[in-house]
Amino acid sequence: MSQFSSTYALIRKDVHSELRTRYALNALLMFVVTAVATILFALRSDQPTSSVLSGLYWVVVFFTAMSGLSRTFVSEEERGTTMTLQLIASPSTVYFAKLLFNTALTFSMTIAVTILYMTVFSNSFVIKTFSIFAGTVILGSLGFAAASTIIAAIVAKANTRGTLYPVLSFPILIVLLMTVMGATTKALDGEEFATALPDFQILIGYFLAMTGGSYLLFEYVWKD
Amino acid sequence: MNSMTLTVDKVAKEFNRRSIFRDVSFSLSQGQSLAITGRNGSGKSTLIKVIAGLLSATRGTVAYTVDGNSLNVEDLRYHIGLVSPYLQLYDEFSGSENLELLSKIRSDLGSDSKRIQEVLEAVGLWERRSDYVRTYSSGMKQRLKYAFAVLHRPSLLLLDEPTSNLDQNGITMVAQVVAEQNRSGILIVATNDADEAAWCSSSIELGLP
Amino acid sequence: MTFVKYGSILLITFVLFAGIAIPLSPSPQNWLQFPVIPGLEEKARNILYHVPIAWTTVVAFLVSTFYGFRYLKTRNIDYDIKSVSSAGLGFMFCFLATVTGALWAKFNWGSFWNWDPRETSIFVLLLIYGAYFALRSALETEEKRATLSAVYSMIAGITVPFFIFVMPRIMSGLHPGAKGDAEGSGPVVQMKMSPNMLVLFLLGLLGFTLLYVWLLNLRVRIARIEYERSIHHD
Repeated sequence: MSQFSSTYALIRKDVHSELRTRYALNALLMFVVTAVATILFALRSDQPTSSVLSGLYWVVVFFTAMSGLSRTFVSEEERGTTMTLQLIASPSTVYFAKLLFNTALTFSMTIAVTILYMTVFSNSFVIKTFSIFAGTVILGSLGFAAASTIIAAIVAKANTRGTLYPVLSFPILIVLLMTVMGATTKALDGEEFATALPDFQILIGYFLAMTGGSYLLFEYVWKD
Repeated sequence: MNSMTLTVDKVAKEFNRRSIFRDVSFSLSQGQSLAITGRNGSGKSTLIKVIAGLLSATRGTVAYTVDGNSLNVEDLRYHIGLVSPYLQLYDEFSGSENLELLSKIRSDLGSDSKRIQEVLEAVGLWERRSDYVRTYSSGMKQRLKYAFAVLHRPSLLLLDEPTSNLDQNGITMVAQVVAEQNRSGILIVATNDADEAAWCSSSIELGLP
Repeated sequence: MTFVKYGSILLITFVLFAGIAIPLSPSPQNWLQFPVIPGLEEKARNILYHVPIAWTTVVAFLVSTFYGFRYLKTRNIDYDIKSVSSAGLGFMFCFLATVTGALWAKFNWGSFWNWDPRETSIFVLLLIYGAYFALRSALETEEKRATLSAVYSMIAGITVPFFIFVMPRIMSGLHPGAKGDAEGSGPVVQMKMSPNMLVLFLLGLLGFTLLYVWLLNLRVRIARIEYERSIHHD
């Protein structure tokens, strides 16, 4: 019970802090806009296929996540508040609070990218099977957040954080990226919901394995 | 008030193969206090962190009991208060918001708004309670750290460089906190100042050859 | 260790010569002839080197992760020495497996790289090793380096089952055992080799594994000496 209220209090702190400082949010949003604009310049009037579009969709999500999700731990480390949290909260409280916060950030990021894509590629980015798309975005965000949270905790302790984050995250995220790209293509091609079930199984398995492993290992990363 | 004991047994800490200190042993109970002295780099802060459970000892054990029952590390946070130059509070929140959210994260139900007012008045920050911490002077930040450290009435209070950044008035405030803690719990002070060491009933020196 | 050392040299030399020298025959009459596998022909000989090297890569990764786990449990720096030594060898074998695989792919499937599931997996393993060493060089204190790189290799290890069991099933590929392969899509390649080739293949597996054990032993001993010396230099 106290674990639950601590986690909730820490998430509230992170949300309030984010709303006040806009450390991650503004950067993420600008990154999404910049990346989509670059893709538009590159494609110009071409009509990209659904697999190209779903690939580019997740490329934007990946690099946006890499530019912002490490902040949850790096900002605590930079401000010297890591020790304050270590003193008052258990490692599992910190882990789950940061995981949920990152999940919310990733999810809002995918929504922003989706809206942008539907506006600028109004002819080619048409979600034909909404259930597949919704499932992919939700489960994909969960998996994304799970992997990038533990890597962010590791990177916060190193001294070349900015460049190290994508280097460490990419090999871990490849399985997830390949799966969500495939499933998004299915959603754009208007395939039956049942065809995406194997993808969803992988995404759920990935999220559970990554969260479980991170939960067990987090204490070693968090405590000095 | 809980009655707490602390037993440090042959604790050693190594860092990057360098021995910081070794064979540190002492035990303290309710109403006792200890000054940790030693030259710069002798490991005073490191020992404070080991006692606070923030760092694990390379060798040796640190054990705590509350009311005769041994306390596990998970529950240590309800019984320990720490003031240290390494421990920072959140710049983007006000003084009272900091105390409020930190006590909620600790899930410490005893620290209601009345208690927060009490400690903020005690450290002389009640007037500035709604200002962001980023606008505080370094002395005011140090005062706020005291408010945070004693908020939950800890049985074990650890002070690392207790009077850094404080004016005369602030030092008097610290002396009051120290006197209060000496009555109600265990106090450990890491310092190089003879006056501050004199607050404690015993002392150890680190870094002796 | 003497046995391991000479055993590995003997076995690999034997497999190398026998694998190249034994002639192919459409209908093998005795133990000194290999059958012709349609589509592979002479190129089939590479299985005796490529697969054992790829196998050793995986063994090295698992050993490295295992010692990382032991380090986390015991905080004994010797386990970190073993872990990083094995990771270094794994990186080398991984590189060799990629090269032998790419060459084979060029002559069998027409190009060096096709993003078949197993090629993707070995590429990811290369990236993981690269990331592992990048992380180690970004950490200053020894304890942190050992702890965080152990955690990273275990987190990376979590994704390995997805590569071995999941990806070959959802992606069509060129390796045996991939989706679309008539022999089914099991994670383990079905052994369709003639008995004499199988014996040679297993000897190759054993030889390369012994080579790995010998090299790991050497590397660990060197790393320990360097570690001791760096203490005395402080």
